[in-house]
Amino acid sequence: MEAWRTAADIAGAVASGRITVLAVLEATLERIKQHDGALNAFSALTTERALTKARAIDLGIAQGRSAGPLAGVPFAVKNLIDVAGLATLAGSKINASRRPAALDSPLIARLEAAGAVLVGTLNMGEYAYDFTGENVHYGASSNPHDLALMPGGSSSGSGAAVAGGLVPLALGSDTNGSIRVPASFCGLFGLKPTYGRLSRARSFPFVASLDHLGPLARSSLDLALAYDAMQGHDAADPICVDRPIEPALPSLELGINGMRVAVAGGYFKRGLSPAGQEAVARVAAALGASGEVELPQAGRARAAAYVITAAEAATLHLDRLRRRAGDFDPAVRDRLIAGAMLPAPFVVRAQKFRRWYHDEVLRLFDSLDAILAPATPFTAPRLGQQTVHLDGVELPLRPNIGIFTQPISFIGLPVAVVPVPLQPLPIGVQIIVPPWREDVALRIAYSLEKNGVALAPRPPDR
Amino acid sequence: MSETEDWPFDAFIAAAAAALALPIEPAWQPQIKAHLQVIWRLAQEVAEFDLPDELEPAPVFET
Repeated sequence: MEAWRTAADIAGAVASGRITVLAVLEATLERIKQHDGALNAFSALTTERALTKARAIDLGIAQGRSAGPLAGVPFAVKNLIDVAGLATLAGSKINASRRPAALDSPLIARLEAAGAVLVGTLNMGEYAYDFTGENVHYGASSNPHDLALMPGGSSSGSGAAVAGGLVPLALGSDTNGSIRVPASFCGLFGLKPTYGRLSRARSFPFVASLDHLGPLARSSLDLALAYDAMQGHDAADPICVDRPIEPALPSLELGINGMRVAVAGGYFKRGLSPAGQEAVARVAAALGASGEVELPQAGRARAAAYVITAAEAATLHLDRLRRRAGDFDPAVRDRLIAGAMLPAPFVVRAQKFRRWYHDEVLRLFDSLDAILAPATPFTAPRLGQQTVHLDGVELPLRPNIGIFTQPISFIGLPVAVVPVPLQPLPIGVQIIVPPWREDVALRIAYSLEKNGVALAPRPPDR
Repeated sequence: MSETEDWPFDAFIAAAAAALALPIEPAWQPQIKAHLQVIWRLAQEVAEFDLPDELEPAPVFET
């Protein structure tokens, strides 16, 4: 099977009987076997489970049952998402001693109900506190466009697996940018839905106030298929809202006529590399974006997200820091310890600011359907790189990777990242839309893909 | 609060670690301090922004 096939193409071929699910799966497992040694995307394979599932779907189709919208589509999940029978690592050494998960995440159950086939779990930065894809315990995942480059994190294995053609679809999590950063560095489409849209039940948390789950894929149609299949209320996640399912697929091809789009200015133009500027300009031109809009106090929003992240993550891990501090990645441990020491007023104040900023930014959507912003300031850095030059100034790399994603997820806005296929490396642009309008973001992404402005570029096959 | 550079972070970290029962090895101290100074500076940036008393935190979108 062609490695770069999309989920929609696979599901179509399976539904029409042109290929069996078992053949798709065997080709996928073979490709993972050949290429994952270099990419280090997978942390575990669920081969037996996948074979059983594939045979069951094939049997059902042979008996005349209708194939689901994701029939036979192989997918994998970031290893903070529960898979029955596996310990949920969340990129850590410590969690390897946890009891295996009893049940799958509801998102896995919903994708499988649509016919998809889980093939394994994916590496990530320790406890999701990472934007690089480096991991002291399990090694770095590599960027398929150049193995010496960062895939971005913390959904690093998700980015590497999809961009490397190992699977067409992966799930990641995004607290401050962890879906959008790997989508940008690896040249993929990614969706961070509205805060509270998709269930986070049976996933290992990071920052409860900011955690989201969502898909990465090589096409906007695949994002829409996966997103639609995963929607729906789940009482097991107290943040998951009880809204009707609002599928994105029916309006995906409606085009962008009449869409009011502006580019985020001010904060979102500072420290932006020439590649980032070029990517935003191309997308803006294609959408007829009419000028710039200022997200008020975006820098403070990023600061507040940073503070809430430090405090909530530290609280989550406090007992582990007391008992097993030596088993953490030192870089993560030291940040968590610092976060544990923050006075409470700082954190409560940041949450209050969140409300103010939320109200201010939402007002912008009275006259706009979408806002464009770069996903990352620059294309994928080298693994191990410590500093970066921005506006002629040398700055520490890690804290600057997420500067454009943090002020958006801070108030839960839905975002689709589209990859702009620049040479030599792709870079992503965020399509930011009002709460619950993922359909608009995906519709814009689809339009950009149709006219060739957005494209998941295929890396060299090794 | 004063600029972070003027402020006895080492003593604060030692006291906070004791209060939280967090065992800290001396070798970790410089990195913990560096991270704390960054977070502190960002927290002050947020705290300096005037907000009305009536503004309540609201982390979910219900409207």
